[in-house]
Amino acid sequence: MTHSRTPDADRSLIRRRRARTRPLLTAAAAAALLLAAACSGPAGGSSAASGSAPAPAPASGSGPLHVTVITHAGPGDAFWSVVKNGATDAGKQLGVQVDYASDPDPAGQAKLIDNAVAQHVGGLVVSMANPDALQTAVKSAVAAGIPVVTVNSGSARSVEFGAVGHVGQEETVAGQGAGGKLKSQGLHKVLCVIHEAGNIGLTQRCDGAKQGFGSDVVNLQVDANNPTDTLSRIRGALQADPAVDGVLTLNAQVAAQAVDAVKAVGSKAQVATFDVNPDVLAAIKAGTVSFAVDQQQYQQGYLPVVMLKLYHDNGNTLGGGHPVLTGPAFVDKSNVDQVTAYAARGTR
Amino acid sequence: MSRRPEAAATLAAAAPAGPEGAATGAPTTGAGRWGRSGLLHRLVVRPELGAALGALLVFGFFSTITGQFLSPLGAATWLDDSATLGIVAVAVALLMIGGEFDLSAGVLTASTALVTSLLAVRLGWNVWAALLAALVFALAVGALNGWLVMRTGLPSFIVTLGSFLALQGLNLGVTRTVTGTVQVSGMRATDGYPSAGSLFASTMDLGGTTFPTSIVWWLGVTAVASVVLVRTRFGNWIFAVGGSAPSARQVGVPVQRTKILLFMATSAAAWLVGSINLLRYTTVQANQGVGLEFQYIIAAVIGGCLMTGGFGSAVGAAIGALIFGMARQGIVFARWNSDWFMLFLGLMLISAVLVNNTFRRRAERARR
Repeated sequence: MTHSRTPDADRSLIRRRRARTRPLLTAAAAAALLLAAACSGPAGGSSAASGSAPAPAPASGSGPLHVTVITHAGPGDAFWSVVKNGATDAGKQLGVQVDYASDPDPAGQAKLIDNAVAQHVGGLVVSMANPDALQTAVKSAVAAGIPVVTVNSGSARSVEFGAVGHVGQEETVAGQGAGGKLKSQGLHKVLCVIHEAGNIGLTQRCDGAKQGFGSDVVNLQVDANNPTDTLSRIRGALQADPAVDGVLTLNAQVAAQAVDAVKAVGSKAQVATFDVNPDVLAAIKAGTVSFAVDQQQYQQGYLPVVMLKLYHDNGNTLGGGHPVLTGPAFVDKSNVDQVTAYAARGTR
Repeated sequence: MSRRPEAAATLAAAAPAGPEGAATGAPTTGAGRWGRSGLLHRLVVRPELGAALGALLVFGFFSTITGQFLSPLGAATWLDDSATLGIVAVAVALLMIGGEFDLSAGVLTASTALVTSLLAVRLGWNVWAALLAALVFALAVGALNGWLVMRTGLPSFIVTLGSFLALQGLNLGVTRTVTGTVQVSGMRATDGYPSAGSLFASTMDLGGTTFPTSIVWWLGVTAVASVVLVRTRFGNWIFAVGGSAPSARQVGVPVQRTKILLFMATSAAAWLVGSINLLRYTTVQANQGVGLEFQYIIAAVIGGCLMTGGFGSAVGAAIGALIFGMARQGIVFARWNSDWFMLFLGLMLISAVLVNNTFRRRAERARR
């Protein structure tokens, strides 16, 4: 590849070319020729949206329907483990074979989608935290006749990419709901803790909270993979600004750290959070967390499998081109006992 | 490609062979326990032998237990995964042979893509100009890494760890400040995207299957790196400075220039991968690339590079990346629970290094 030389490689190649290097260079030249001969560039400009869903593909082969779920979860994420449980439970109950894979890096996620297409799966469930990056992969899956249901994030582009449905929570709507609830508690200044740098949905939640609450919402960036760091940053923010009387966290693990931070600083701030886990439920019971915005993510795993099964067997779609919303639902003192029982088995 | 015997000749006099087989290469005679043929011996002392065997093993394994792994579309998937890893892994291998580390290479793939996309999307630059500016930025980061390592005498592990963290903060901070969000998208509509895209992010049709161009880049970078390493004076310098910098200095090798150039080459490779990803996915996230730096090092080590420098190969690193890609996608093809991937990777790394060690010891024993 003559144009990919590093500067230092350049000089030396010209200086000393022995017979033994020929095969390598020939191979490189052949590759370059091959590239020039059969190469199709990516589409420039604005890509045309294909608004219509594909016709149901005939049942491919025999055996059970095979659905692959590909999310942008990091390894060991508690929220996504519930989604995974929802998908596998639906698979068991409906006789659908369900596989689950995840990669927080959008390029890695796109490759997992390509992988599923190569396997000719019967259906695909994809969470689109970064729709642009997944556009090519998802569209090629649709083009291959694989029905796709998008989940959790990316609803705005779902129809455009040719998905048969979307299941999730509208982040801005949920943020507004949380902001409104905080407002009704009579708070004045809220800290909104963003735990994942690359996720646009989290930014939308904080923006929504700002709209629902009024103006005084301050964003704080932490790293969810490092609990100690998260704890100390929230502590620091509370110490630095005593006027803060509310902390809104965007996932359950961070909420527990926010509670610790509030306790450690002796702040009077109330903690509210998105998403539930056993810790948050216990904290709601104990009164250290005032409420949780529950997007009931079990359904984000369960429903897409149902939808793909119905699409496969009966040609049905759900939502009519609009997202099927799984939230926001609120968990507070009134319903915490009931939800706790479900969370203990990993379904809430 | 391992280094050739005559490459070592200039140095063998000056550089004492360390316990880890530092600056000396293959012996000139295949005598000893390997018999007179020498062929087996020549094979065994190649750094990439262990990786090649490992790759065959992984390939054979996944080909037999899954149906789709060997299909053209399946192969395109794991080659694609290996390619973007392999491009930087090869450059990192050269750097490691030169006795240094670069932990900033992973996050630099995101930094360069962010520079390109911010210039092209926000300021309306032509994509080619933006790519060039990002390359200059990458080379500057590489030069700074190298210069700091050489001037301060600190281990490159520390210096590049610092630049890794700094770049990570820069990525997030600048992106948030400029765009108000955490990702930059909209590359598709920029000036010059189609031509740049066709060079970096197009696809090729081979027998009805689409293969991404990144695979060609990967092969090209590996070929160029191999030629540089094995056939040029600069390649000798790389082995020399990695084997023993003081000895190399005494025989007139420009140690500082060599190492700084190696850091710059690594950064340039990171720029290439960043550009490929950006033009292909038309978007970049501020938190991308974190964690990749270790994957590059792992690929290079599986490919026979020593952590102590002075030994290794570019082809080995490319094979290491191939093993990585095959395993990562193979686990998905096999429909295993992907929760176990990291465990698998760890065990594979340890066993690959042990195999490499065994072969190298044998080679050294045979030399005496």
